Amino acid sequence: MTLPPLVEPAAELTRAEVNRYSRHLIIPDVGMDGQKRLKNAKVLVVGAGGLGSPALMYLAAAGVGTLGLIDFDIVDESNLQRQVIHRQSSLGMPKVESAAATVRDINPLIDVVVHNTVLDRDNVLDIFSQYDLILDGTDNFATRYMVNDAAVLLGKPYVWGSIYRFDGQASVFWAEHGPCYRCLYPEPPPPGMVPSCAEGGVLGVLCASIGSIQVNEAIKLLAGIGEPLVGRLMIYDALEMTYRTVKVHKDPECPLCGKNPTQTELLEDYEAFCGAVSEEATEAVKDSTISVHDLKAMQDRGDDIFLVDVREPNEYEIVSIPGATLIPKGEFLDGSALPRLPQDKKIVLHCKSGVRSAEALAVVKNAGFADAVHVGGGVVAWVNQIDPSLPAY
Amino acid sequence: MSVSVRIPTILRTYTGGESEVKADGDTLRAVVADLEANFTGISARILDDAGKIRRFVNVYVGDEDVRFTEGLDTPTPAGAQISIIPAVAGG
Repeated sequence: MTLPPLVEPAAELTRAEVNRYSRHLIIPDVGMDGQKRLKNAKVLVVGAGGLGSPALMYLAAAGVGTLGLIDFDIVDESNLQRQVIHRQSSLGMPKVESAAATVRDINPLIDVVVHNTVLDRDNVLDIFSQYDLILDGTDNFATRYMVNDAAVLLGKPYVWGSIYRFDGQASVFWAEHGPCYRCLYPEPPPPGMVPSCAEGGVLGVLCASIGSIQVNEAIKLLAGIGEPLVGRLMIYDALEMTYRTVKVHKDPECPLCGKNPTQTELLEDYEAFCGAVSEEATEAVKDSTISVHDLKAMQDRGDDIFLVDVREPNEYEIVSIPGATLIPKGEFLDGSALPRLPQDKKIVLHCKSGVRSAEALAVVKNAGFADAVHVGGGVVAWVNQIDPSLPAY
Repeated sequence: MSVSVRIPTILRTYTGGESEVKADGDTLRAVVADLEANFTGISARILDDAGKIRRFVNVYVGDEDVRFTEGLDTPTPAGAQISIIPAVAGG
């Protein structure tokens, strides 16, 4: 399937632009016409993080005339292993400012539009409507479903990519010509079932592998060349070094883009749709969450507690709270951890930030440990508030 | 009938780190049951409590998503390549 160009060509290229883009201009499939279309194009990159970094840099270099970026976060040291648009010197800066500075340095001939805000249901349609194409570099299901829904409602192509450890996926969702994200994955996984990169890690260069596929697809759509990744899912395995594509069907039952759509506007609450924490965990942590200061006081008093770290062994190796016993969350979910818990001590659970320990707490309380608690903020809070000499991750 | 099954990273804890395993069965249902017999716990990550394929996991026989063919009754001829593709959201 080939599709017509998404964007009309600009009237002309300046001499400076001809010089800069000459390696594009001499490709017959791109040529002056294709480059003029890129010049006229308005692309929004959602998230200036792992995928957003290479995407923004290559879109800028390619001469996409208007490049929008949206992010609310600030640059953290743990970003620099993969978010190559940010530098050591940008630590602490808003990501959009750091990213905008880099892309302006790459290509001063393009317009850069900065949206230093959280993308939410109140602004997403307004922001998206200013662009021809949306490229997704977000890091959570709630935002991805919202981005998809907004793109479908506005009829915009949505260039999607997603990464985890050594695995990457990419596709182009465009309801007018093929499936949308909900056709591929009708529902998000329940909380705790699929770890995020912050919990599970990601190979830095994987961002470039998938981000560059996204840019490739964006350029093809804008210029109207090649076979777009509409209706196909690209699956990349960096360890095996394989790329495979499988078909993505338009789901006739899709609530958004199917034959009888039941959803004609954005959902009220995407966080609730994706459930950051399960209902069981939400119930379990009520009146059963202690702070790292409470934990420190318990330890200092010599309280009879059994402190359990529910993270994974490699995380435990990076940094741990003194006195904690490692029992990964999975052993709570399958029940094998329960016999290891002493009946005569107060059970205190913690993880990195408090999400996984909340899930484990639900299991522990269900098993009869009524006075069990978990530590809000986990190891991250411990490092920040109790012992800053320890490394954070 | 022996088929090969691609295991995504997040399920490799069940297969001892193996990214591709062999399984037997004439249908996807039988293949998943055979996987469970060898890798306890894996089927619960693919199927929900009602025994249906989870809505955030896609299973492909060849390059076809079984949600659009015969679901768990999709035939799995000898030599078929089965892929389990869960949704991931990292970026």
